[in-house]
Amino acid sequence: MALPNKPKGELKAVKDPEVVEKEVDILIVGGGMAACGAAFEVKKWLQPDQTVLLVDKAALERSGAVAQGLSAINTYIGENSPDDYVRMVRNDLMGLVREDLIFDLGCHVDDSVWLFEEWGLPIWKKDEAGKTLDGIKGKKMGTLKAGGKPVRTGKWQIMINGESYKRIVAEAAKKAIGDTNIVERVFIVEMFLDKNKPNQIAGAAGFSVRENKVYIIKCKTAMIACGGAVNIYQPRSVGEGKGRAWYPVWNSGSTYYLGAKVGAELSMMENRFTPARFKDGYGPVGAWFLLFKAKTLNGLGENFAASEAAKKELQKYAPYGTAAVTPTCLRNHLMLFEMKEGRGPIMMDTVTALAELGKTMDKKELKHLESEAWEDFLDMTCGQANLWCATNTEPEKKNSEVMPTEPYLLGSHSGCCGFWVSGPDFDWIPDAYKIKAANGKVYNRMTTVDGLFTAGDGVGCSGHKFSSGSHAEGRMAAKQLVRYAKDNASFKPELALSKDQIVDLVYKPVRTYLQFAAYTTADDINPNYMKPNGMMYRMMKATHEYGAGTSTYYQTSSKNLEIVMEMLALMREDCEKLAAGDLHELMRCWEIIHRIWTVESHLRHIQFRKETRYPGFYYQADHPGQDDKNWFCFVNSKYDPKAAKWDVFKKDYIKLIP
Amino acid sequence: MPSFVINEKCDGCKGGEKTACMYICPNDLMVLDPTVMKAYNQEPDQCWECFSCVKICPTQAIEVRGYADFVPLGSSIMPMLGTEDVMWTCKFRNGVIKRFKFPIRTTPEGQANAYESLKGKDIESQLLSTEEAEGRQFPKPKELVK
Repeated sequence: MALPNKPKGELKAVKDPEVVEKEVDILIVGGGMAACGAAFEVKKWLQPDQTVLLVDKAALERSGAVAQGLSAINTYIGENSPDDYVRMVRNDLMGLVREDLIFDLGCHVDDSVWLFEEWGLPIWKKDEAGKTLDGIKGKKMGTLKAGGKPVRTGKWQIMINGESYKRIVAEAAKKAIGDTNIVERVFIVEMFLDKNKPNQIAGAAGFSVRENKVYIIKCKTAMIACGGAVNIYQPRSVGEGKGRAWYPVWNSGSTYYLGAKVGAELSMMENRFTPARFKDGYGPVGAWFLLFKAKTLNGLGENFAASEAAKKELQKYAPYGTAAVTPTCLRNHLMLFEMKEGRGPIMMDTVTALAELGKTMDKKELKHLESEAWEDFLDMTCGQANLWCATNTEPEKKNSEVMPTEPYLLGSHSGCCGFWVSGPDFDWIPDAYKIKAANGKVYNRMTTVDGLFTAGDGVGCSGHKFSSGSHAEGRMAAKQLVRYAKDNASFKPELALSKDQIVDLVYKPVRTYLQFAAYTTADDINPNYMKPNGMMYRMMKATHEYGAGTSTYYQTSSKNLEIVMEMLALMREDCEKLAAGDLHELMRCWEIIHRIWTVESHLRHIQFRKETRYPGFYYQADHPGQDDKNWFCFVNSKYDPKAAKWDVFKKDYIKLIP
Repeated sequence: MPSFVINEKCDGCKGGEKTACMYICPNDLMVLDPTVMKAYNQEPDQCWECFSCVKICPTQAIEVRGYADFVPLGSSIMPMLGTEDVMWTCKFRNGVIKRFKFPIRTTPEGQANAYESLKGKDIESQLLSTEEAEGRQFPKPKELVK
């Protein structure tokens, strides 16, 4: 029998926690790149009498997607134009994007990258002879801002020594916002609308994972930036390896839940990301393709992606499939085709690539090249390096397998799900892309709920922001948060629920546990409740089998969607009976609630969109192929918190940039 | 690759103001057992192998063992995080050892310029504080669909 991998719970939960009540003008929920961007920017604009608070589920120093580090900054405009940036994102995401949001971000992102370099992030440079220098040796070539040339891997990415990327960015964020304005280890689980003013954000509630304390925070305006959603599908590794998610395993869809629950309109939730990565270890492949010029081969040793058959297949998805850079989903599509035809496994030909590069290099340069290949893993996916060690894989001697992962939901990488937000108030942007608040003003990055903003993974219909873009977007939102609070200075937030009702809501799993736990001899199995671990497996099995998980090569159908939606509705009901014996388990209870709502939104959108817009990410078997005539539009959805009902509808796509 | 704590080396950060691994773990996995004053990973199957606990541990008491699902035994990778760089020792199952050193930052820790005294002027514009300070203009697309 396997030992149970369950929380043992050093920090027992009690029935009646202490209540901490706070009231601030501006609330920032999250601690990743977007929230750190907001923390850096917010005080630069803060009015003398305004207050701000940032609440992070973890510790800012290593929270969010960049906790482990990164080996590249994937968006740096540099010598390119924001216009071309829009074209690249649009093509990768199969034509349907908000060009106003992308252009806007493209105008600010470099400013964040320049700050990172100033703060101490080592950025690789090219020397006069075009050779690569690491971030320390490269200092003599000058900063990017002063004209130093970065090492590009592809048109938009630049290489860095990024082990401490998040620590550096968090350091500046903390200094800027001030330690006293940060609360760490508090998990915000619900947002609240104002009791009197319709559709206006008024506060949030959460709890400490360190002490028995419930936090009730009132605010005039808030930003939610808690990353994307991970482990909403059964991962390919189901034991200890569940933790080796490609995106951070702690991203529980909280961004989407928190906003959707108060009625903020979601957009393009049907989009997902199933990145092709080194199998099991999920190490990055970008540098292998772009820096080391490696090719992937099928089981027969063929470079399938360059075949005539592949070209023909891509033509079906013109103009996206025939563009110079093949969209991410279509690259997966070609790979899946090989695998389904029995021509797997797909191998990254590292041996040939390194041998080719070695032809023009001396011994020292070769050593440097080897080091670069290992750094790519050690800076951001340490476990992949260990997998190579454990399997005696030296990339110059042995090729490695590549495989598409389980599905992820996000809005900052090569995906575009999130909220429908306002773009900036410029005259070249159509009114349909601007959301007017109750005072008639337009606030950039505001959702359809007045005073509720988002950034990074939370902003839908854009994507390809990555770490730098998320930071810049957090800064953009922060300025608007201050502006909103200033324009609504007389607004006094009031919550509809009483203090006791909020505590009961947040601590419900604890109270359920304490009420019933003594009934059975082992507290994990009890007919009166469900532990979060069990609910997680239930959700993963349902989405895996019916919701286009890896078990069906990402295929679903109308009938399968009907079944899974019914199962998820029952899960939501059963979440009323979740039980937590300790604070860590209480966190897991709320995370599973957030995940279920998030994946349900994803599948609701797939159900509504009667075409297959992203082959390679998912397939709707009843509606194969793209149907531009009927579906060249966004799909939005909105939860009505009063009626507890969902509405799904089309929203026009407007092309702005030729 | 779940982290594990070596009994003999862990002192529960007795002398420090906080238990370092517990402070840093982004997924709230590392906890202190107060009866023995030693830390442990309470949920190994939720470990992202981010090495944050390994890097921060003041007594080098934390290491990682590859995920049971797919990693053969016998290898290890170990970082030593300094103030300017990180040193990695990667041991292969077959005994090969590789060592790498990578820079982590170009400034002393704590010296990041947070522009604390910078104050923005025009709250109605779309410019960020540093952009405004440099007098930048917000660009328009070169061409628009007519």
